[in-house]
Amino acid sequence: MSKSFSAIGQAEQGEEIDREAFTPGIEPQATWCPGCGDFSVLKALKGAMPEVGRTPDETLLVTGIGCSGKLNSYFESYAMHSIHGRSLPIARAAKLANPGLEVIAAGGDGDGYGIGGNHFMHTARENHDMTYIVFNNEIFGLTKGQTSPTSPKGHESKTQPHGSAKDPIRPLSLALTSGASYVARTAAVNPRQATEILTEAIEHDGFAHVDFLTQCPTWNKDAKQYVPYTDVQDSDDFDFDVHDRQEAAEMMHETEDKLYEGEVLTGRFYIDEDRRSYGEEKRSTGEMPEEPLAERYFDEEADWERSYDLLDAHK
Amino acid sequence: MTGDELIWRIAGGSGDGIDSTSQNFTKALMRTGLDVFTHRHYPSRIRGGHTYVEVRAADHAVKSRGDGYDFLLALGDSFARNPQDGEAYYGNEEVKPLTENLDELREGGVIVYDEGLLDTDEVEDFDERVEENDWHVYPLDLRSLAREHGREIMRNTAGVAATAALIDMDTGIFEELMADTMSGEMLETNVEVLEEAHAAVSEMEFTHDLEVPTGSHDEEQVLLNGSHAVAYGAIDEGCRFIAGYPMTPWTDVFTIMTQHLPSIGGISEQVEDEIAAASLAIGASHAGVKAMSGSSGGGFALMSEPLGLAEMTETPLVLVEAMRAGPSTGMPTKPEQGDLEHILYTSQGDSNRVVFAPGTVAEAYEQSREAFRVAYEYQIPVVIVIDQKLSGELASVPASHFDREPNPDLGSVLSEEEIQEAPHHASGTFNRFRHDPEDGVSPRSIPGQKDGRFLATGNEHTPQGHIEESPDNRVAQVDRRTRKLESIRSDLDEQDHSNQTYYGPEDAEHGIMVWGSQQGSVEEAVDRLNEQGESVKMLGVSDMMPYPKADVTEFLESVDECLVVEMNITAQFRGLTQKELGRFGEKMSSLLKYNGNPFEPAEVVEGFDIQVNGGDEPPTAQTRIEPAAGD
Repeated sequence: MSKSFSAIGQAEQGEEIDREAFTPGIEPQATWCPGCGDFSVLKALKGAMPEVGRTPDETLLVTGIGCSGKLNSYFESYAMHSIHGRSLPIARAAKLANPGLEVIAAGGDGDGYGIGGNHFMHTARENHDMTYIVFNNEIFGLTKGQTSPTSPKGHESKTQPHGSAKDPIRPLSLALTSGASYVARTAAVNPRQATEILTEAIEHDGFAHVDFLTQCPTWNKDAKQYVPYTDVQDSDDFDFDVHDRQEAAEMMHETEDKLYEGEVLTGRFYIDEDRRSYGEEKRSTGEMPEEPLAERYFDEEADWERSYDLLDAHK
Repeated sequence: MTGDELIWRIAGGSGDGIDSTSQNFTKALMRTGLDVFTHRHYPSRIRGGHTYVEVRAADHAVKSRGDGYDFLLALGDSFARNPQDGEAYYGNEEVKPLTENLDELREGGVIVYDEGLLDTDEVEDFDERVEENDWHVYPLDLRSLAREHGREIMRNTAGVAATAALIDMDTGIFEELMADTMSGEMLETNVEVLEEAHAAVSEMEFTHDLEVPTGSHDEEQVLLNGSHAVAYGAIDEGCRFIAGYPMTPWTDVFTIMTQHLPSIGGISEQVEDEIAAASLAIGASHAGVKAMSGSSGGGFALMSEPLGLAEMTETPLVLVEAMRAGPSTGMPTKPEQGDLEHILYTSQGDSNRVVFAPGTVAEAYEQSREAFRVAYEYQIPVVIVIDQKLSGELASVPASHFDREPNPDLGSVLSEEEIQEAPHHASGTFNRFRHDPEDGVSPRSIPGQKDGRFLATGNEHTPQGHIEESPDNRVAQVDRRTRKLESIRSDLDEQDHSNQTYYGPEDAEHGIMVWGSQQGSVEEAVDRLNEQGESVKMLGVSDMMPYPKADVTEFLESVDECLVVEMNITAQFRGLTQKELGRFGEKMSSLLKYNGNPFEPAEVVEGFDIQVNGGDEPPTAQTRIEPAAGD
C-alpha cells in the first residue's frame, strides 16, 4: 500500500468493496432519458468494480462531453469531466503520473470516433494500461439528434437532410489496426455480458476498448434496441480465434457490417495478452521511473536534482 | 576600430554546421573572459539556404546583437540553388553568404570568404563596395585546406582558425573545446585542420587592425539560451513531466527537457498533436505531478480548449508559447511579438490565467520558476511567453545564477491527514471548490488519496464539483476564481524581486516601455541616448496578466512621454496598457517592427529621435512609428 496514497491497494488489504460505494450521495440519480442505454453502462461499471477489487478513492474516471460524459456525475470516484474528445490524453497522462490508479476513460461515439479520433488511434497505438468505454448510440444525442460517425449510411437528420453519404466508421477494426490489445463490443440490453466484459477490460494489462451499444430512445428511435443480440463466443455460427489478429479482423468487419443489417453481434473480438503496456515499455527503456512519479512529491526524503548540476555542457 | 568589442558573423548554408560552429566560437570567446551574446538567422529549410549567426563579444556586458558587425566569415552553401538562367525569384543562392551579408558590415570591417566556393565576380559592385567601405578582404581556399588535412566538411574549422589568426587568438582554446565534444580520429583531424589553417593565415600580411578584445570575469560564466533557461527553471521547480509536439521555435524547450527528464526521474511524451499535449499536462498535473507543455503560435491555438479546461477545473498548468512571425505559418524561423493578444484571450469565456514575458535569458529562468510556483499555489494556468529571438539567443550568464534550492512543492494540495479534517459534503464528497476562501484558492486533493474524491469538470460546478447552473453558485465561483488573479498580483508585488525591469536615470524626462525579448536592445539604446544628452529611462514589463498597474502607472506618470517598443504592427502591448490603465493614451506612441528581424539598438535610438525630436525619417527604415492618441 502506498504511504501517500493510502487508497491505492486498499482492497488487497482485504477490504470488502460494495458496489453501492460507487453511487454518489450527492447526485445518486442520473438525468438520462427513461429507457436510455447509458444506465446500463453505469450499472455494469458499478458491478465490475467490486469484481476487479478497486475502490472509489483509487479510481479515476475521465469522461468527454455528451450524455456519456455525465457518467462520472453518477459514479463515485475521483473524476474529470473534460472536454469533447479529449478524455484519452488526460487519462493516459494520469496513468503515467501514477500507475497505481485504476484509470478508466469514457465518452460517446462522436466524442471518441469523431472529434477525438486522433487520440483514440494514438492511445490504442501506445497501448496504455487503461480502459476506454465508448457509448455507441449511432447519434449525437445531447445536441438533439445529428448524424454521428457511427450512424448508418443514408441516415437522415437535420445536418444530413438528404441522408448521409458516408459509410459509418468501423470502431472495432480501427481499434485493432491502431494497436489496442483488448477489443470488445457489448450492448446495454445485455447486462450480464456487459459486466463481465468491463471486468475483463479493466483487468487487462493494456489498452482495452469496449464499444458499448447504448440505445437512444429519444433521438434514434429508428435504430434497433440492439435486440436480439448474439454473443459471438456463445454462438456456434461463429468460429474464430480471439487471439488471432487476422481472424479477429475478419470477425470485426463482419460484425460492423451486420449491425447495419439488424444483426447485433457482441462479445470479445481481440485479446493480446503478450503485448507490453506503454508504461512497461517506457520503464524498460529507462524513460519512466520505477516508482510512481506522483509519490515523489509526497516523499519528504526525496532528493531533487538541480539545474546547477547540469551546467557542465554550458561552461 | 573599437578595441572593446567584436561582432563576428559566420554565414553559409543551412545544414552546413553554421550553428554548432558558432556556438563553439562563442564559448571560446566567453572562456577568454568576454561577455557574449548571439543572434541566429536561419530559413525554414533542412538543407541549404542563407543562414548566419552573429556573435558579439565585449569586455563589458552585452545585452543585444548590437548594430551591424565587424567580421564576416563567408562559407559556402553546400545545398544552394543556382538557376542558370537567373529567372527564379530566389536568385543565385551559392553567392548569398557574401551578397546577403554586406549591407550590415561596418566600415573598416574584415571579410574572409572561401574562395574555393565563392566567386566575388558574381557579387555586384564588390570591389567598389570594398573600397568605399574600407573593408579588408582575405580570400582563402578553406575547402582545399580542409580537404588537404582532413575532410571537406571541416572547412568550418578552417574558417574558425582563419578568424582566430586574423584577430590574434591562438588555437589552444579551440582545441580544448573540440576535445570536449570529439575524440579519436575525428578530433585529431579537426585539430590538424585548425592548426594548419591557423599557421597558413598567420603567415599572411594583414591590413586590418581589428583584434579580439580582452576581458575577465569575476566569476564563472555559462553560455545558454532562453530555451535552456525556461527548461532549467522548470527542473528546479520540480517539473518532471512534459508533453509536446514539435514546432519551431518551441521545440528547443521540449528537446532540452526531454534530454534531461529520464535521468532525473521524469517523463517526456511526444504526442499526436498539441491538443493532446496540453491535455496530457493537465492529466499529469491532476494526478499530482508538476507538468508542462507548450508550443508556438499555431500549436498554441490548438491548446485553447485545454487551457480553458485548466482554468475551469483549476488544474495547475504551465505552458510555454514561443512566438514566431504569424499569422498562420507566417515566418517559422523569424521572431515577432504578435501573439500577445492570442495568449491573453484565447479560449472561450473570461480568461483566468497568468502570463509572463521574460526579457532576458536570466529572466527566463526566474520567471519559469515563478510560473510553476504561481500555477501550483494558485491552481491556475500560467503561460511563459518567449519568442524565436529569446529562445535561441545564447548569452553568458554567471553560473551562480542557477545555484539555488529546488522547490518541488505541489502548492495548494492537502495531505491525507489534512483531507480528513477538511470540509466534506454530507454525502462524503470532498469540498474541492469551496466558495469561501478569501484568496480564492480552495486546496485540492490528489487521486489515490483516501476520502479526497471530487469531480473536476469543465462545466460550472458546486463546491464538490458537480454540475450546477444556479445564479448564486455561478456568481460565487466566478468571483472566487477571479479573486485568485488579485491575490497573485499582491503576491507578485510582495516578492523581493520584481518581474519588471527598470533601466536608466530615475528622474529622466522620457520613457521607453518594452516587453519580452526586445529589452536588451532598448537598454543599450537608452545608454546611447543618455550619452547623446537625452534624458531617457526604460521600463521592461514581464507581467502581462495580472497586469502590474501600479508599476506602469508610476512609470508613466513620471515621464513626459513614452515610446512603446514592440515587434508587431498592431501595438498589442500598448493596447493592453491602455485597456488596463484606461489613461495615458496621449503619452504613449509606438515604435514597431515586423520584418522578421529583432530591433537593433540604433533603430530604437532612431525611432526615439523621430518621435521625440521630430528628426528626419531614416532612409532605410524597417520600423514604423504609430503616434500617440491625439497626435
